[in-house]
Amino acid sequence: MSYLAHDNTEIHRPVSTTFIVISVLVALFLNGLPWEGIWLMLRPDFVAVVMLHWCTHKPWRVGIGLSWAVGILADVADASLFGQHALAYTLLAFGGVILHHRLKMFDLRQQTTQVFVIFVLTYAVYALVHWQVNGYVVWTYFLGCVTSTLLWAPLGIMFRAVYQMRADNKGP
Amino acid sequence: MDNTQSLQFFNRGPSPAVRLVFFSVLSLLLLFVDARYRYLESTRSALSVLVSPIQRLATMPSVLWQQAGDFFITQRSLVDENKSLKLQHNGDAAQLSQLQSLQLENQQLRSLMELPQRSEFNAKLAEVIYAERDVFKRRVLINKGADANIKTGQVVMDNNGIVGQITRVYPWLSEVTLITEKDHTVPVQVLRNGLRTIVFGAGDTSQLSLRYMPISSDIQNDDVLVTSGLDGIYPPGIPVAKVVKIERDAAYPFARVVCLPVAGVDKHRHLLVLSELPKLPERPAEEADATGAPENLKMKQKK
Repeated sequence: MSYLAHDNTEIHRPVSTTFIVISVLVALFLNGLPWEGIWLMLRPDFVAVVMLHWCTHKPWRVGIGLSWAVGILADVADASLFGQHALAYTLLAFGGVILHHRLKMFDLRQQTTQVFVIFVLTYAVYALVHWQVNGYVVWTYFLGCVTSTLLWAPLGIMFRAVYQMRADNKGP
Repeated sequence: MDNTQSLQFFNRGPSPAVRLVFFSVLSLLLLFVDARYRYLESTRSALSVLVSPIQRLATMPSVLWQQAGDFFITQRSLVDENKSLKLQHNGDAAQLSQLQSLQLENQQLRSLMELPQRSEFNAKLAEVIYAERDVFKRRVLINKGADANIKTGQVVMDNNGIVGQITRVYPWLSEVTLITEKDHTVPVQVLRNGLRTIVFGAGDTSQLSLRYMPISSDIQNDDVLVTSGLDGIYPPGIPVAKVVKIERDAAYPFARVVCLPVAGVDKHRHLLVLSELPKLPERPAEEADATGAPENLKMKQKK
């Protein structure tokens, strides 16, 4: 598949720090839009999807430490306990770094399956902490990991298009 | 392979597994400290300065939508609204004058009977700017914070009744926990017969419930629950909820009572923050052999 064919070159293409920072800020912004009721339950965790993308594609730029820091910011934004998102995103980043080594071997469908497992684990950690502290779990919360997984492929294609475009602009 | 070597070159520092363990332990430590001791509030408000621009930006679409709606509003609807508001104002003014004379009378009676006066409270108007995007929580952020002398524990209400309580104060924002938050409690009284009880938030829906109400307790549909003021946090006599459903099942010792909040807990944009109420007198120390502990007394009175 063409997806596999250009993967090797794509993974080594430099990405500017500005692009990474902007993508994380946009993800925080999207998470903060006025979602309510059922839409809030169906909302994908944009920050998690973006962080996972960078961890799988640029693990030497965006790693576990940075994901943890973004998790702390997400904790402040959501007023969750300090470390709740951070712990979940640390695990997410670890999954991403592991997946990075295998990314070349998998096609999109297999990738999506793996990504789904990582998201389920991330959501489970968040819910587990909440359950430990507050003693209850809202099960519909887990709908979010399905939508996050669905967002994975379109986001990857979009990001690739953006840095393809930037590379073309710079010339050969 | 050439590529992997170049990757290895950039991949300095400890291995991912070591990092995973390090940051997980760090997160767990933070979690423990935050959940148990609440030491990190100042760090949180410092970091909130970084995040709040993004949050404000995220509220822009809905604000713009509202402003567009305001722009295209017809004169006709404004005139109609003005008319109905005037009517309501007239009715309220009549009631208010009655209330004032009653208040005066109440004050005189209370001073005659040497009871402490009911204190008046001031209210600050605040606007909801942001509802927290978390499935687990029912909280909103309002646009007044430490700069407007808001303190934790202050009561938030709208024009109909209690909305919630301030639980966290940032420099320019504060967080209001709504009464529908899971396990949030408000001590209330049934307006009709003065029955004292406690109303709990349900968390996952915009409902409230009364727990531990004996099946025989005198409670009916459409009963209005008002704050009892026994806790010293909520001022007495403010509407909280209305009973909508009562299930009395003989298999259980307690009735299941479902209530809906009187205030537009999820709807309103403008809220009133009540300034701090005077503290209740210190509770006397309990004696070791006291048979009538307050809880027992309360249960007895209920039955």
